[in-house]
Amino acid sequence: MEKADSHDTLTNIGDSIRALSDRSGAIPPRINNLFNIPIDFSELFDEIAIGVVVLSLERKIVVMNQTLKALTGFSQKEFRGFDCAHILRSNICLHDCPVLRFDEKSGPKCIEGNLINKERQLIPIRITSAPLKNINGKIIGFLETVEDIRLLRKLDESSSHAYNFNNIVGRSPQMQKIFQILPSLAQSDSSVLITGETGTGKDMVAETIHHASNRAKGPFAKINCGALPDTLLESELFGHHKGAFTGAVENKPGRIQLANNGTLYLTEIGDLPLALQVKLLTFLDDKEVFPLGSIKGFTADVRIIAATHRNLEQMAGGGQFRKDLLFRLNVIRLHLPPLRDRHGDIQLLLDHFLNTLSTQLGKKNHVLSRKALKILLTYTYPGNVRELKNIIEYALNICGDRQIKTKHLPSYLMEPDPFDVSDAAQQPASPLASNTDQIRYIRSEPDQNWPDIEKRMILEALIKAGGRKNKAAASLGWARSTLWRKMSQYGIS
Amino acid sequence: MASKKILIPLHENDVAPRFDLATEVQIVTGAGKSGSAVKRLVVLPRASADQLCHLILTENIQTVICSGIEDDYYQYLTWKRIEVIDSVVGSCNLALKRYFEGKLKPGDIL
Repeated sequence: MEKADSHDTLTNIGDSIRALSDRSGAIPPRINNLFNIPIDFSELFDEIAIGVVVLSLERKIVVMNQTLKALTGFSQKEFRGFDCAHILRSNICLHDCPVLRFDEKSGPKCIEGNLINKERQLIPIRITSAPLKNINGKIIGFLETVEDIRLLRKLDESSSHAYNFNNIVGRSPQMQKIFQILPSLAQSDSSVLITGETGTGKDMVAETIHHASNRAKGPFAKINCGALPDTLLESELFGHHKGAFTGAVENKPGRIQLANNGTLYLTEIGDLPLALQVKLLTFLDDKEVFPLGSIKGFTADVRIIAATHRNLEQMAGGGQFRKDLLFRLNVIRLHLPPLRDRHGDIQLLLDHFLNTLSTQLGKKNHVLSRKALKILLTYTYPGNVRELKNIIEYALNICGDRQIKTKHLPSYLMEPDPFDVSDAAQQPASPLASNTDQIRYIRSEPDQNWPDIEKRMILEALIKAGGRKNKAAASLGWARSTLWRKMSQYGIS
Repeated sequence: MASKKILIPLHENDVAPRFDLATEVQIVTGAGKSGSAVKRLVVLPRASADQLCHLILTENIQTVICSGIEDDYYQYLTWKRIEVIDSVVGSCNLALKRYFEGKLKPGDIL
C-alpha cells in the first residue's frame, strides 16, 4: 500500500495551519500565525469531543484526533499515510465516499453509515465531510467529522415504539410532544425543572433524561427535599466533615459529591428550606461543594434535575422560594399534564397496567367488564397515573375470575361524591347511571358550589317524586323537616 | 508448514477493509515458501457476510485473513475451528507473505 507523500499543507481562515503528515511522528503538526508562537495542532484537535480526521487530496490520513482513535481503536502510529477507508472501515468510504464528489464550489456533506472498530463492534456513525481550501479557494485536503450515533439510534428505536418512551406510556398530543423533546433535552447539560401533579411521572421522566444523556454511565442520585429535617438535609446534600456536629464520627460525602459526573435529581424542590436554597444556589454558580464543617471544597460536575408539584412562581412571589434559584433551575421547563387532561391515555394505561401487572403478579390476562371500564374511564384520578396503577393492582389482587367487575374495584370509586350528584342526575339516558343510581363517579362542573348543587338536588328529587315532599325527603335521605328548612333556605316554594 | 487453504476478502489489491462488504475474495492453497501457492479469485454475486461464511465452510477454508469483521461472524468462524486473523491492513500479497513466514498477527498494519 502506498503511503502519503511528503508534507500536506492546510490553510484556514487566512492563517496558515500547517499539518505535516510526518509518518515517524518526529515533527508534530503545528498551527502558525494564529498566536504569536506556533501551537500544537494535535493537542488542539484532541480537545474536540467528536471524531475529526484531516485527509490529503489522495484520501490518506494526515491527522486524526483522540476521539476518533478511541472510536476506531487505531493508535497514533498506525494510521498516518494510510487510506482513510482502511482505518475508518466505514461502509460510506467503500460505497459512497462524499470526498470524491467535492469540487471547489462544494460545501459540507453529511451521511449516516456505520464502521467496524478494532473491537469488532459495528457502530452507527454520521460523517460530515468538508473540503479544506487554501486562500485561493483551491482544495488542498478534506476535513471529516465522525459522530458515534449509537445513543441516538437507541433513542430512535425506543421512541418508535408506539405510544411508549422508556416505559412512559401515552398517545395524547401532550405526551407525544414530551416524547419528541426528551431525546434532544437529554443530550443537553442544562438544568431541568419538571413540574406536574403528584403521580404524573416526574421521577420516571428524570430517570429517562439521565439514562438517555451522555451522563448515563455516571450515577443518578435522588434526594427528596421534603423528606428530611433541614439540618439532616444539608448534611445529606452537601456531606459533612468528621466532628462537624455531635455524632459526626466520620467524613460523609454528600449526594452532590456522589452524583459527580452524573445527575442529581432533587424531587420536591419546593419544600427545600430557604437557607439551603442559598447554599444550593452557591453550588449552581460555583460548581463547588463545601461539606458541613469543612473549609476545603471540591468541584463537582453534576447535572441538576429538579421536580415539584408546587407552583414555584407563586412561591417565589410569596417569598417562600428564591427567585434567583428558580431562574437557575428553570432553564428547561417540562410540565407533565395530569391524567384527566390526557385524552385517550386512560384506556391505553389501563391496558398497559393490566398486561404488565398481570405478568408481575403471576396472573392470567384479565379483562375489564363494561361497567368497570366505564367507571375507570370516567374517574378523575386525582392521584394520576400512580392512582390508576394502584387501582389495577388492587383489582388484580382481589379478582379471582378472568373478568374484573365493579365489585373488584376499590370502594371509594363508587362512594357518593356530592360534587358529582348533579351530573349523575343529568345523565338518565346512560344505561350505567340508570342501573347504578348509587354510583356517583361522574366529574362535576368546576364552577359549581355546594349550595347550587344542593338546590339542584332538591329540585331533581321533587321532580322525581312528583312534588311529594315525603318521598323527595326519603330519596335524599333527609327528614321531612330538613327538606322543608332547606327549601325555605333556597327559596323553593 | 503443511498445505493450507486461506481466504482473503479483497478490495482492489488490498485486504478488504470490511469482511461484510467484500465482493471478491482470493482463495490461496499452499504451504508457503517451500511449496507453490495456488491462487484463485472468486467474485461474489453481492456483498454479504453470511454468504461469505457459507463459502468459507463449503470451500473448507482453514484460515481467513481480513480487516474489519463483526464479532458475531468472528465468533462463528472461530467456533467452526477456522483461524481468523483480523484487523490486517495492507496489500494481499504482503499479508500472504507474512502469513507463510509465520509472522502475521491480528491487527498488523503492513
